[in-house]
Amino acid sequence: MTQASAIEVRGLHKAYAGAEVLRGVDLTVHDGETLVILGGSGSGKSTLLRCLVGLEEPDAGTVSILERDVFSASRNELAALRQRIGMAFQSGALFGSMTVGENIDLPLREFTRLPESTRRIIIHIKLALVGLEGTEGRQPSELSGGMRKRAAFARAMALDPEVLFCDEPSAGLDPVTSAGLDELLIQLKEVFGITLVVVTHELESAFAIADRIALIHKGRVLITGTPEEVRACSDPVVRRFLDRVPEDDAGHTNRFRELMLAAEQNDENDEPDRGEEADA
Amino acid sequence: MVSETLRRSGATLLDQLAEVGRMWRLTAAAARHVAVEPWRGKPVRLRATIEQLLRAGNQSAPLVALIAALIGIILALQSAYQLRQLGATHLVADLVAVSVTRELAPLMTAILVAGRAGSAIAAELGTMKVSEEIDALQVIGIDPVNFLVVPRILALLVAVPCLTLVADLVGILAGCGVSVLALGLGAGAYLQASAAILTQEDLWGGVLKALVFGGIIGIVACQQGLGTRGGADEVGRSTTATVVRSIVLIIAADMFVTALLFLRAA
Repeated sequence: MTQASAIEVRGLHKAYAGAEVLRGVDLTVHDGETLVILGGSGSGKSTLLRCLVGLEEPDAGTVSILERDVFSASRNELAALRQRIGMAFQSGALFGSMTVGENIDLPLREFTRLPESTRRIIIHIKLALVGLEGTEGRQPSELSGGMRKRAAFARAMALDPEVLFCDEPSAGLDPVTSAGLDELLIQLKEVFGITLVVVTHELESAFAIADRIALIHKGRVLITGTPEEVRACSDPVVRRFLDRVPEDDAGHTNRFRELMLAAEQNDENDEPDRGEEADA
Repeated sequence: MVSETLRRSGATLLDQLAEVGRMWRLTAAAARHVAVEPWRGKPVRLRATIEQLLRAGNQSAPLVALIAALIGIILALQSAYQLRQLGATHLVADLVAVSVTRELAPLMTAILVAGRAGSAIAAELGTMKVSEEIDALQVIGIDPVNFLVVPRILALLVAVPCLTLVADLVGILAGCGVSVLALGLGAGAYLQASAAILTQEDLWGGVLKALVFGGIIGIVACQQGLGTRGGADEVGRSTTATVVRSIVLIIAADMFVTALLFLRAA
C-alpha cells in the first residue's frame, strides 16, 4: 500500500547571483512522518526549507503541500494553506514587541473568531504542551534560548497545523536542552499525528527523531531513507558526513604538515652553523 | 582607471534605480492595502495606526517645538537686521509668519521626523527582518505590508501635518516673543499682523507639503527596514540610509511642490 504524501517536491532549482544553491531537488514527505533534511553548512538545506514554506520562489520546479501547489496558488489559496502549516524558526523569531502569550495569540486572533477567554485557554494549553506554563506575560527577551525555541513551537502549533517545519531546532543549545527539544518533537508527532519536516546538521538529533532522513549535499539530495538505511550507506560523501571527516581541509592539512617539516629541516641544517658562530 | 570609475558609477546608478523600483512597488502595495483590500474584508489596522501615530508624535513633538521656536527667533532677528536698514521693522511679523508656514515649519518638521521617527521605524523593521520576524509573519499568513507598513505610513501622513501646524504656531509665537523683547514691537500688533498676512493657501500649502513629506518618510523608512539583509550592522546602515534618503527626497519634493504652488498662484 502506498502512503499518502503531505509534501511533493519536484525538480527544484534555485540560484543566487548565478550561484546554484539547489540543483534539481526531488523529495516526498509522507503523511504523518518525520523527515529530517540533513546537510552541512552551505548544502542548500535552509534554502530548500524557505522554498518549501513559500518564503523563496524557486527558479524552476514545483512544491506541493497538502495537495496544493505553493507557487501557482492564488493569494487566498496560499493564505488558506498557510493556516494548515506551522514553522518554528532557528532563532525562534518571536515578535519582540509582544509577550509570549501575545505571540501565540496572534494567529488565533487573525484567523479565528474565538472569544478572548477561549483564546486565553488555548494559549495556556499550547504553552503547557511545550513545558512553558506561566510564561504568557513574559517578553521573549526574558527567556533562555531553549525556552524561546519551545515558545516558537507553541506559536507554530497555535492553529493545530497538519505540517510543522522546524529550522535547526537544536542549533546553539547545550546537549541536555537539545535532547529535551528532540523529545518534544517526538511527542508532538505522536500526540497530534502531524507531519514534521526538520532541517538540521546535528547528526545525533537527526537520528533520534527521524522516520526518514534526506541527506542534501551541494544542492542535491544524495540519499533518502530510514536512519538505518542512511547509516548503512556506502556513498563516500554520505560516509564523510556521517563519520565527520573534513572534506576540503585534507589538502590544506597535508600542505601545512609539509611546510612544518620543511621548517624543521631548515632549523636542523642551520643549528651546526650557529654552534660554530658561538664557539668563535 | 577610467573604465573602473565608469563601471562603478554604472553599478551605483543601477542600484539606485533598483531602489526606486522597490520603493515604487512598496508604495503600490501599501496603496492597494488602503484602497482595495478593505473592500475584500482586510481592513486597515486602525489600532496599530493610532499606536504608531502616538509614538511618532511623542518621539518628535518636543524636538519639533524646540526647533520651531529657535527658527522663529532666528528668522525674526535676521529679518529685523535687514528690514531695519529700510525702516520697515514692522514687517518682521509678516515675513516670519509667511516663511514659517509656507516653508520652514514643514521642512524642518519633516527633517526632524525623518531623524527621529523614520530612523526608529527603519531600525525596528530592520531588526525584525534580521531576526526572521518578518518571515515568521509571512509563514503565519499575515501580510507584512498590511500589518507593519500601512499603519506606519498612515501614522506619518497624519503626524507630519499635525506637527507642522504645531511648528507654525510655536514659530510665530517665538518670533513674536523676540520681537517684543528685542525689537520693541507690541505683541498684539505683531499677532494681528501675522493673522492678517496669512492666507488659507499659506497654511494649506504648508500642510500639503507636510503630507507629501510624511509619505516620503514612511515609504523610505519601511523600504529600508524591510530591505535589510544580513546582521545587526546592516540595521545601522538601513537607519542611516533612511535619514539621508528621506532628507534628499524631502528637499527635492519641496522644490516641486513650491514650484507648483508658485505657478498656481501666478
